[in-house]
Amino acid sequence: MDTKPDLLSTASEIEKIRAGFPILSRTVHNKPLVYFDNAATTQKPQIVIDALVNYYTSLNSNVHRGVHFLSQQATAAFEEVRGKLRDFLNAAHSHEIIFTRGCTESINLVASTWGRVNIKAGDEILISALEHHSNIVPWQMLCEEKGAKLKVCPILDDGSLNMTAFTQLLSEKTKLVAITHISNTLGTILPVKEITRIAHEKGIVVLVDGAQALSHMPVDVQDIGCDFYTFSAHKVYAPMGIGGLYGREDLLNAMPPYQGGGEMIKNVTFENTTYNDLPFKFEAGTPNVGDVIAFGAAIDYLKNIGLDFIEAHEQELLRYATEKLSSNPLIRIIGNAPEKASLISFLIDKIHPYDAGTIIDQLGIAVRTGTHCTQPLMHSLGITGTIRASFAFYNTKEEIDRLIDAIAKVESFFL
Amino acid sequence: MKIEESTSAIVDEFGNFDDWIDKYNYLIELGKSLPLIDEKHKVESNLIQGCQSRVWLHAEFDGTNINFTADSDAVITKGIANLLIRTFSGHTPQEIMDSSTEFLNEIGLTEHLSPTRSNGMLSMIKQIKMYALAFKTKQSMS
Repeated sequence: MDTKPDLLSTASEIEKIRAGFPILSRTVHNKPLVYFDNAATTQKPQIVIDALVNYYTSLNSNVHRGVHFLSQQATAAFEEVRGKLRDFLNAAHSHEIIFTRGCTESINLVASTWGRVNIKAGDEILISALEHHSNIVPWQMLCEEKGAKLKVCPILDDGSLNMTAFTQLLSEKTKLVAITHISNTLGTILPVKEITRIAHEKGIVVLVDGAQALSHMPVDVQDIGCDFYTFSAHKVYAPMGIGGLYGREDLLNAMPPYQGGGEMIKNVTFENTTYNDLPFKFEAGTPNVGDVIAFGAAIDYLKNIGLDFIEAHEQELLRYATEKLSSNPLIRIIGNAPEKASLISFLIDKIHPYDAGTIIDQLGIAVRTGTHCTQPLMHSLGITGTIRASFAFYNTKEEIDRLIDAIAKVESFFL
Repeated sequence: MKIEESTSAIVDEFGNFDDWIDKYNYLIELGKSLPLIDEKHKVESNLIQGCQSRVWLHAEFDGTNINFTADSDAVITKGIANLLIRTFSGHTPQEIMDSSTEFLNEIGLTEHLSPTRSNGMLSMIKQIKMYALAFKTKQSMS
């Protein structure tokens, strides 16, 4: 029978989950840590830390081509994670998953390989006003190099994408739509499936920046239909410095390699080199094996907890925090799209986000203040920054209450 | 007052505070009492790069001493600017260049306010010392 967990069992479930994250029991400024900076990076469960330690303790070896036992074991473990990611994202093939250093490198990879071949002078690339700098600057650099034009789709007042403008901005010249799945600043969940459908009707390639999405909800790249999907492991409870790119097989095959080096070749002479097949063509040099294996442990962990459970609990935290913050007349929430992930950007009237963040930090609560790497978005909203609280499934309503108390303290300091 | 006298007075003032709340209340007070900068100096060229809040620092050289004025849209940052101006304003370029900023460690500001780009304290100090060097160079050339 399908039963919804009641509130009590959710609370005890969260208690158990929290016990699995060692950092959550530490103190900051002599107060129990409240970690609300999950959109910047999530904390790591012991099970992921153990996977990393175990790799270096008992499995460390360079992958691929090694005939010895350890190399074969490490290769198997490494490639197994590619399969896990294929499954997690519902890609058609494992070789459509390319390991990179993270979302930023994935976007840069597409810009400098697919972009180099497919973007010509006069072409247009369409992004949105919500983009993180990492989904702006690589395209800006490409446009500058090629004489192409970067166009920006505006947002509505609530932080949703202006879909009418989006459709109108697509032209004969548009070659690529590069768009975020979830805004790291406002929390807006974009209708990427619809965006892809509209773009594909005009034969336009679509890249979705999934940095913020993977930890919050099930992602199915075939259902979305996008051509590229990028992600970072450290935002999904796994180590920093690893991430990936999903790319459709036919596109990846047609693209030139990214970096040159070992792994990505079949045969090398001083006169000529033939490149390796997917996915290795895009993975020059020794890969980050240990972190990939820990990434695999994080994926197993998430699947075990269940993305449905995670989504439900996080949405409840979002609802609770929105309700509490909205009841304070001095607080203005920035971004009120109907579909939001579990993060809230807000401003306290007459108090600079930096001032607020400094006091909130002294109370042991980690929030982020500033422009969140979305300076053009801040500019279009007419603000210089926000305070952002971003929740993960290990956060609790009690922690949100502590933030609310901290805001009262901030007000007593400055007003 | 010599720079060392200013800084030791600041260290004494902060020594009176038992906890961070008093310390921040004092910084906020200093921020609110920062002498007003002439609005015409709040221009792009006076903005200090690398701060989360906007900080304007203006310097004027009267031939002997440098006088600084500053402003910020964040009160705590203004408080820090006030401390720095109190310390360095009205001194010769050489005195400023020779001075130590160790007092900021002693009052626990570098501990509580991370010496990263977030509060811009280090950027402000760097800019103050740059002005000193620039004015000294100008002085020696004239």
